[in-house]
Amino acid sequence: MSDNLLSLKHVSKEYSGNKVLKDINIELKKGEIHALIGENGAGKSTLMNILFGMSVIHTTGGFEGTIEIEGKEADIKSPHDAMAYGIGMVHQEFMLVPGFTIMENIKLNREITKPNLVSPVFGKRLETLDIKKMNMDTRQALDTLDMSIEEYVQVAGLPVGHMQFIEIAREIDKTGLKILVFDEPTAVLAESEAANLLNAMKKLAQKGIGILFISHRLDEIIDVADVVTVLRDGEHVVTKNVEDTNKYEIAQLMVGRSITIDREEGTNKNIVDETILDIKDLHVAMPGERVKGVNLNVKKGEIVGIGGLAGQGKLGIANGIMGIFPAKGEVKFKGKKSALNDPKSAIKSGLAFVSEDRKGVGLLLDESIESNIAFSAMQINNEFLRNSGMIKLKDSKKIRDHANKMIKDLDIRCTSSMQRVGSLSGGNQQKVCVARALTLSPELLLVSEPTRGIDIGAKKLVLDLLKQLNNEGMTIIMTSSELAELRSICDRILIICEGKVEGVLPPDAPDAEFGLMMSGSRHIEGREVNG
Amino acid sequence: MVNVSKKTTGFNDIVKKIGFPTIFIGGFWILLLIAGGALGISINTLLSDTIKRAGMNGILVLAMVPSIQSGTGPNFALPVGIVCGLFATVWAIEFGFTGWAWLFVSIAFSIPLSVVVGYLYGRLLNAVKGSEMTIATYTGFSIVAAMCLAWLMIPFKSRNMGWFIGKGLRETIQLDVIGGDKILSEFLSFTIGGEKGIIIPTGMLLIFFLCCFIVWMYFRSKSGIAISAGGINPKFAKSSGIDIDKGRIKANILSTIMGAIGIIVYSQGYGYTQLYTAPLMMAFPAVAAVLIGGASAQRAKVSHVIIGVIIYQGLFTTALPVANQLFEGTDLSEILRMVIQNGIILYALTQVKGGDN
Amino acid sequence: MNNENISERLNSSKVTTWLADNIVSLIFVAFTLFGFLVSDGVTMNFFLTELSSRFFRNAFLVLSLIIPVVAGLGLNFGIVVGAMAGQVAIAIVLYFGWGGLNGLLLTMLIALPIATLFGYLTGILYNKTRGQEMIASLMVGYFAKGIYQFLFLFVVGVIIKVPKTHPMIKPDGVGVRMTVDMGAYDKGGLKYALDKIWEIPFMWAILAIFAAILLLQLWKLIRNKKNPVLYRYNKTMTVINIILSLVMIAVSIQAITTESSLMMVRKVPVFTGLLIVALCIFNELILKTKLGQDFRSVGQSQHIAEVSGINVDKTRIIATIMSTVFAAWGQIMYLQNMGTLNTYGAHTQIGMFSVASLLVGGASTQKAGVKHAILGTLLFNSMFIMSPEIGLSLFGNALLGEYFRTFMVYGVIGLALGLHVWRTNKKGKATLN
Repeated sequence: MSDNLLSLKHVSKEYSGNKVLKDINIELKKGEIHALIGENGAGKSTLMNILFGMSVIHTTGGFEGTIEIEGKEADIKSPHDAMAYGIGMVHQEFMLVPGFTIMENIKLNREITKPNLVSPVFGKRLETLDIKKMNMDTRQALDTLDMSIEEYVQVAGLPVGHMQFIEIAREIDKTGLKILVFDEPTAVLAESEAANLLNAMKKLAQKGIGILFISHRLDEIIDVADVVTVLRDGEHVVTKNVEDTNKYEIAQLMVGRSITIDREEGTNKNIVDETILDIKDLHVAMPGERVKGVNLNVKKGEIVGIGGLAGQGKLGIANGIMGIFPAKGEVKFKGKKSALNDPKSAIKSGLAFVSEDRKGVGLLLDESIESNIAFSAMQINNEFLRNSGMIKLKDSKKIRDHANKMIKDLDIRCTSSMQRVGSLSGGNQQKVCVARALTLSPELLLVSEPTRGIDIGAKKLVLDLLKQLNNEGMTIIMTSSELAELRSICDRILIICEGKVEGVLPPDAPDAEFGLMMSGSRHIEGREVNG
Repeated sequence: MVNVSKKTTGFNDIVKKIGFPTIFIGGFWILLLIAGGALGISINTLLSDTIKRAGMNGILVLAMVPSIQSGTGPNFALPVGIVCGLFATVWAIEFGFTGWAWLFVSIAFSIPLSVVVGYLYGRLLNAVKGSEMTIATYTGFSIVAAMCLAWLMIPFKSRNMGWFIGKGLRETIQLDVIGGDKILSEFLSFTIGGEKGIIIPTGMLLIFFLCCFIVWMYFRSKSGIAISAGGINPKFAKSSGIDIDKGRIKANILSTIMGAIGIIVYSQGYGYTQLYTAPLMMAFPAVAAVLIGGASAQRAKVSHVIIGVIIYQGLFTTALPVANQLFEGTDLSEILRMVIQNGIILYALTQVKGGDN
Repeated sequence: MNNENISERLNSSKVTTWLADNIVSLIFVAFTLFGFLVSDGVTMNFFLTELSSRFFRNAFLVLSLIIPVVAGLGLNFGIVVGAMAGQVAIAIVLYFGWGGLNGLLLTMLIALPIATLFGYLTGILYNKTRGQEMIASLMVGYFAKGIYQFLFLFVVGVIIKVPKTHPMIKPDGVGVRMTVDMGAYDKGGLKYALDKIWEIPFMWAILAIFAAILLLQLWKLIRNKKNPVLYRYNKTMTVINIILSLVMIAVSIQAITTESSLMMVRKVPVFTGLLIVALCIFNELILKTKLGQDFRSVGQSQHIAEVSGINVDKTRIIATIMSTVFAAWGQIMYLQNMGTLNTYGAHTQIGMFSVASLLVGGASTQKAGVKHAILGTLLFNSMFIMSPEIGLSLFGNALLGEYFRTFMVYGVIGLALGLHVWRTNKKGKATLN
């Protein structure tokens, strides 16, 4: 009989042949704060989905392994089951209804009711709400967290820190709460609010609640956690007591891996010392990937990599430059000021973008390959058109010829240039996106998450393509969550953390350096880092 | 690896390609035609009526294509364009134009009017994204109601249009008096199969096909392609620098123009111009027709218009005499129309995917 | 528990917000006052008589729209379907000649399962057309009309054999007549079966109503003194209500004691009034139950409700069923006052008129309460009464007034819908901070 509150034993999960979790073993004791750290794709979200009985797990074949709560096996098939077992979760995105009061939010679907005249006939759902009792419970939960705010205040308009605490209050109000999971709780908080939250966490642990704390901030983990587990590529790397380790070691374990993508040696690239793109103080309002002041200087002919953990802002940079999301700051391309928030002018000046959102921003899924490839060049550079008097009609022959050329050059596997793009494989869809960008004859290509969702074999082809384009003179800015591919072809790599450039590293820098930068532990107060 | 798409073979694939509602309702029409023949009703008459009504309504249905392609859904505010056309017609009559002159002046005047009105209404639609269909319906209703007031108060003097006593225009204006009755329909018309054969209203069909051609061409132009992209994937379009709002306005202007021309062609085919509350419900048959032709609330092609208007008009022109023969006294065809017309619109609504999530 | 306004992210003062929220109501008040100024054919008596009978005829129907708004279904134009259910019940009862109060109660009883079934089907439809419920509700009304006509014009007669000689059936034996006289309640019919149970003079009713309102306000004040946290109330509204009540009580006492002409206003049907009050109370009480809270949760955020374990689909269906059943009963109340069943036309406009009434009272597609329904019914019907008069006085043409009335109905719905969607879209734009 273990004295473990929660035991995950040999937990594995496969999504259509792709193993995302391999034999994970984690133990959580009563009153312990157990941190979980890992890069993107390490498997943290999948593990939490399993613990919570989310339907996405069960509709894709379930999982292997067992979950034990206080020594007894638990069968969790829905969030409701998880709740019944005493597991609570504080999400990153707040599940709060703005138009309701704090009490109504905390008690959502767990309202306390009193029987009345009609409820015996029509059922429990018609019982009267016991507002008095619910207010009292809410008051108690808020007091536990040292929150003085009144329980009947509306949630809309409250500061973000308060909302986070209301989320927590909701969980601790649930009777029989044994285990509480925090998923990147300090991501949206200011420093003082984050400190409050960590204090609250310690308090809850003191009451005997076991806490699973998912975070990328090494400083916080060292500060508050008792035990830390590092996940990498779905594997359990190590579990250590925090007092037995340090930031450097954790960072290294987070990033270092045995599989690397080999870098081509010998191409001594002569990078001209001519700045082609100069970015100063870029701010981008991309939901989930906010950029808060990035400086970047790109030389003509180089391949610059932009990396960092999910949600830290790396994807926002390219999107901001290309006008997809609102941006402000100063961008100079080829010496001339480039207008922000104007996709047309960005493209016209010689920039092209392959978006990370392949199926959304990247493609018209129901249209043919040839229509997709020709689209941007037609709309912006007036190519592929025939002037018939007042009206510009599409030149089907030119479009087809060009598409066929692209299909040959990029080796796009399809039945014909008229095939619907939605029916292509991920890798080939990606190539169509690249083809569309190349049709614009850009001087600088921005490409985000180039090999996401593509199998190993096709990955190398896409990376080889980028390398080839670069050899032919194209400057490339590549944004990716996979450090390995950045290290395989980039000349230098920027790491973005908290919306700013945390540092720049050569591709062969030690793993630990990357890890520390990604978790923001190298941040020195006040010093601006330029890329 | 799923790279190669299978060729469309087999019955199931054909059904999926054409669309279940089209086949079902089209099949029902064929059945009624056969029943009609069996009951002794002249098939030639049925077909002539079908072609006639398809020609009359065709351009009104065509107005649905620009609005669907641009992402604002079927144009439930078709009465707005119709009212522009009616207004132009009435002006032309007041200025004394008759015959062909009346037709050309009406169309010519309706176009700039439709551009202005379509622009303003397009601005409104851009402010209510997500609820275009509901707002469109009520805008259409409100404009028709407002025009009722206008028709009553308009100080026109033409004897052909006014009430015999008092101010304002009549509810129905007879077009034979001004030489406009069936002027297009009879132009170059001929009959297939001898005297009692199928009547082809050439003039009307010509203008219908001309409008179809214009719309088809427009969506093969740079502007039309941009609008279609914006309608189905706004993120994609925006990333290529397309101004989606402007595109929606352009499409709406085209739709309004089609509505205006459409009612002029309809009126001449019918022989009467109907004012006041007549246009109130005219959007729904047009919406239903394009949907029956295979369009969805998000994608529509000119071929959907042609197929749809033929099946829709065919079904109800055939149903009337057949129902009368089988069940005397009850207006079963009208009931059938209400059920099928509104049913297909409901079906299309259930296929609308939710907004961007 | 309160249904207060969501705090605006737009930078507008409280006054401008209030104006924007209530602009439609203000237009209608202005219109009515204008009508009194311009026309000379309208006496207070005539106006109050008309207003009173219209109010008691229509209020129940308008009240049936509230629950769907709270549950996030928007404006339920589909109450037409409920009205049809009510008419089917009436047709059955009239056919067998069951009249009087018993007949009426039987009608309501028969309408219940029919309306429940219709409401259930409509609810399923709304779940399938998520995001487009309002236009779906419009279309389902038209669609149901076809089915209804199929039932009444074809099934009755061809499939269900009925005697040609029955007063309800058309002379050729197929289909129900276009107008059916419902017959006086004391002679085996349904006309006024509910109304005439007990009638009191208008001014007495005013006295009773405002006395009750006054008591309600005082009770609210007392409750608040006892427990300020639990029982909060809107201070300005309560003060206004108290003053208004005192004024109206004074007016009514004066009218009664001096036997003024106002005593000639048509008598008020008490039982109908009680039913209306009952539905008002029901609407308020249901929101204090778990089910009502579920309605509100689903109405605020389907996603969060779903994640929290509420069966969103089922909750929406229940809301639709309730609305449809109340609409069925409301239509029965409407028809027993009209006295004639306009078989194929009675239900066509009620969807629109009821929605317009609710909107005029200050409701929106997301917020609706009892006071919106009551105020709206009064204002809307005032406009209805005044339009022909205004048309006549201003333009010498009563027909103009008719068309103007139609324009106002469509226009008010269009305006309210448009305003609401526009403001919602404005709030949702992402900003750069």
